[in-house]
Amino acid sequence: MHSPPRLRAVTLKRMKQVRSLGYGLALSALVIVQIPVTLVAIVGVLVSTVAGMVFLLEPSVRLIRFMAGIDRSLIRRWIGVDIPVPYRPRPPALVRARDGYYHHKGKRYRTATSPHIDRMLAWVITDPATWRELVWIIIDPWTRSVLAFGPTFVIGWGVWLTFSEGLYWGLALSVLAFFLAPVALKNYGLYALALLGPTANTQLVGQVNRLNQVRADQLDLQAAELRRIERDLHDGAQARMVAVGMTIGAAEQLLDNDPVAAKALLVKARESSATALQELRQLVRGIHPPVLAERGLGDALQALALDSPLKVKVHADLLERPESPVESAVYFAVSELLANASRYASKVTIDISRRGRALRVTVSDDGPGGAKAVPGGGLAGIERRLAAFDGVLALSSPPGGGTTATIEVLDALPGDGETEPVNALPKGWRGLVYALCWSLCWLPLFPQGLVATFMLIFQPDERSWFLALYMPPPFQWPTVAVMIALGATMLATGIRLNPTVAKNPGVC
Amino acid sequence: MKVVLAEDLHLLREGLVHLLRAHEFDVVAAVESGPELLRALVTHRPDVAVVDVRLPPTFTDEGLQAALAARKQVPGLPVLVLSQHVQQLYARELLADGTGGIGYLLKDRVFNTDQFIDAVRRVAGGGTAMDPDVIAKLMVSNARNEPIARLTPREREVLELMAEGRSNAAIGQRLFLSESAVGKHTASIFGKLDLAPSDDDNRRVLAVLAYLNGR
Repeated sequence: MHSPPRLRAVTLKRMKQVRSLGYGLALSALVIVQIPVTLVAIVGVLVSTVAGMVFLLEPSVRLIRFMAGIDRSLIRRWIGVDIPVPYRPRPPALVRARDGYYHHKGKRYRTATSPHIDRMLAWVITDPATWRELVWIIIDPWTRSVLAFGPTFVIGWGVWLTFSEGLYWGLALSVLAFFLAPVALKNYGLYALALLGPTANTQLVGQVNRLNQVRADQLDLQAAELRRIERDLHDGAQARMVAVGMTIGAAEQLLDNDPVAAKALLVKARESSATALQELRQLVRGIHPPVLAERGLGDALQALALDSPLKVKVHADLLERPESPVESAVYFAVSELLANASRYASKVTIDISRRGRALRVTVSDDGPGGAKAVPGGGLAGIERRLAAFDGVLALSSPPGGGTTATIEVLDALPGDGETEPVNALPKGWRGLVYALCWSLCWLPLFPQGLVATFMLIFQPDERSWFLALYMPPPFQWPTVAVMIALGATMLATGIRLNPTVAKNPGVC
Repeated sequence: MKVVLAEDLHLLREGLVHLLRAHEFDVVAAVESGPELLRALVTHRPDVAVVDVRLPPTFTDEGLQAALAARKQVPGLPVLVLSQHVQQLYARELLADGTGGIGYLLKDRVFNTDQFIDAVRRVAGGGTAMDPDVIAKLMVSNARNEPIARLTPREREVLELMAEGRSNAAIGQRLFLSESAVGKHTASIFGKLDLAPSDDDNRRVLAVLAYLNGR
C-alpha cells in the first residue's frame, strides 16, 4: 500500500476521512496535468477523423491509454478499486511472406508501413475501450473535481460560511462533507471502473483468448505425449517382439538337428518377452498408473508414497472421485513434486482434501526451501497441465523453511446440488435502485452536465431544458458540477449493484 | 491338491489350467469374474487359489477384493494373486492379517514354470511368495533405514530372498551357499534387525516382511 506523507501524525494517518481527503486533493491536482494532455489527445483524434490524417489516430489513442493507465494505477493504490486493463491484444507484427511481400487483406505490399497503419487503426477503432476512454478523458475532469475535490471544497465553504457570514449551519455542512469524503472517493473509483474497466464483452474476449491459449497448450502436450508413446513402443516392445519372433523362428529350424541350441534360443526368446513386458509396464505407468485406475487418487498417491525412498505421509480426506483426467493430472503433478522433493528433503506430507467443489492437494517437505518455478522447468510444466482443468499451483518456499506446494483444481468434485445462479439481477428495492440508476444516470451526466457545460461556455440565447441555465449566475457552475456528480454516483451505484462486478471484481 | 483359478483372458486361463493340471493340481473351478470367484472360493474351499487382480465387471481390483473377502470368511485361505503390475500397497493389504498363505506375483513369473509351480505349492502350504519386484521396492523404501544399511551385501541378498518367501535350502541353492552358511547369515540378519529368531520358515518370512513394511 501507498502511505501518505510521514509528517502527518499517526492518528491522522489512520483516519480514513483524512486519507480520503488527501488522496482526493492529490487526484484533483493531477487535473492540471491531465487537461493539457487531454486537449492534445482530443485534437489528435479530431484531426485524424475530421481532417482525415488517420495516422494520427493511433498515437493519440496511445496517449489517452497512457493517461488512463496512470489513473488506473492511482485509483488502485489510493482508492483500492482494482480496474483491469480492458484492451484487446495488440495484433502481432506483420511478417514478410516467402515471396518478399507483406500480405494484408488479400493484397500484397512492398513495405510494411501502410498495412501496419491499417492494422493498428483497425485495432484501436474496433476496441470499445478506445471510445470509452475518450468519453472518460472528456468528462473525468468534471467528475473528478466534484467527487475528489468536492468534499474539501465543501469543508472550506462551510468554514467560510460559519466564520465570515456567521451562518452556523455551515459547520454542520463541513462535518458532513468530512465524513462523506471516503464515500465520494469510493464512488469516484467505481465510476472509473465503469468507464476504464472491461465490459462484459471484453471480459469474454479475454477469457476466450485464455482458453484458446490453454487449448493450444493442451494439444501440444497431447501430441508430444503421443509421439513419446509411439517412439517408446517402436523402439521398445515392438522391436523386442520382432526379436522374439525371429529367435523362435531360428529355434524352430534348429529343433531337429540341434535341440540343445534350439532350447537355448527359446530361453532367450522368453527373456526377451519378459523384458518387453517390463517395458510395456513402465509405459503404461507413464500413461495412466494402474493403481489410479483401480483405486483412485488417495490410494494411488499412497502407492506412490510407499515407492518413494522418502518418509511420506498421505492424508486423504476425499469421498468422491474427480473426473479421470483431473485425477491423472493431479497424480502426475504430485509425482513430479515428490521427485523434486526427493532431491532436497527427507520427510514429505501429502494432504488431499476438498474445499467446496475444489480439490486441494498440498505437498509439504522439510527441505531447505527457496524453490522457484523456472520457465520451462518441471513446475511450469505442472502448471500448464493443470491449467486445462482450471487448476493452479501455488508455491511457498521460504529459505530454510521447507517447501509447500498447493494444487487446487476448481470445480473438480461433484457439488452439493445447490449452485448459485450466475448473473442474477438484484431483487426488491435493490432491483429498483439498480434499474433507476442504470436507466437515468445519463440524464444528469450528459445533457444536464456536459452539454450544459458547453452551453455555459458558449452562452447561446436558447436555454432549452438545461437546468443550470435557469439558475442565478453564481449557482450555474455548481449546478453543473452537482449534476455530473449525481450522474457519476448513479452510475457507480449501478455498477456496485451489478451482480458480476459485486461477486467477482476485476475478472479479465 | 484343489485349485480355484480366476483369470478373465481366455487364452491365459486355458494356459494356466493346462499348466496346473500338468503338475497334478486339480483345477476345481476356473472363473472369469469377481463375484464368481468369491462364490467358488467359499463353496469349494480350495487348497490354493490363483487369482488375477483385475477382473470383470469393474476391471479394477475386483480379484484382490474378492480374495480378501474370501479370506475373511475362510481364515488362512491360501491365495496367490497375479497381476500385470505389483504394488507395495496391495502387498501390505494382502499381508495385513499376518497369517501367511499369501502369494503376490507378476504375471510374467508364469513364464518360468518351475518357479511358478514352486510358488503355488509354497502358498498352498501356508508359506509366502512375494514378487522380487515388490521386495526390491520395499528395499528402496527402506534404503534410509539404519539397521538395513548396516547389513552386508550378502546379508542383504539373503534378506531379499527370504522376504520373497524362500526357505534356507532354496536360498542356499540360489546363492550357491550351504544351508548352514545361509543359517548363519539369517541369524546375523535377525540379530541386526533385532527380531526374535524362529525355526519356522513361514513365521520368519512374515516377521521379515512385517519389519520391512515398518510395522
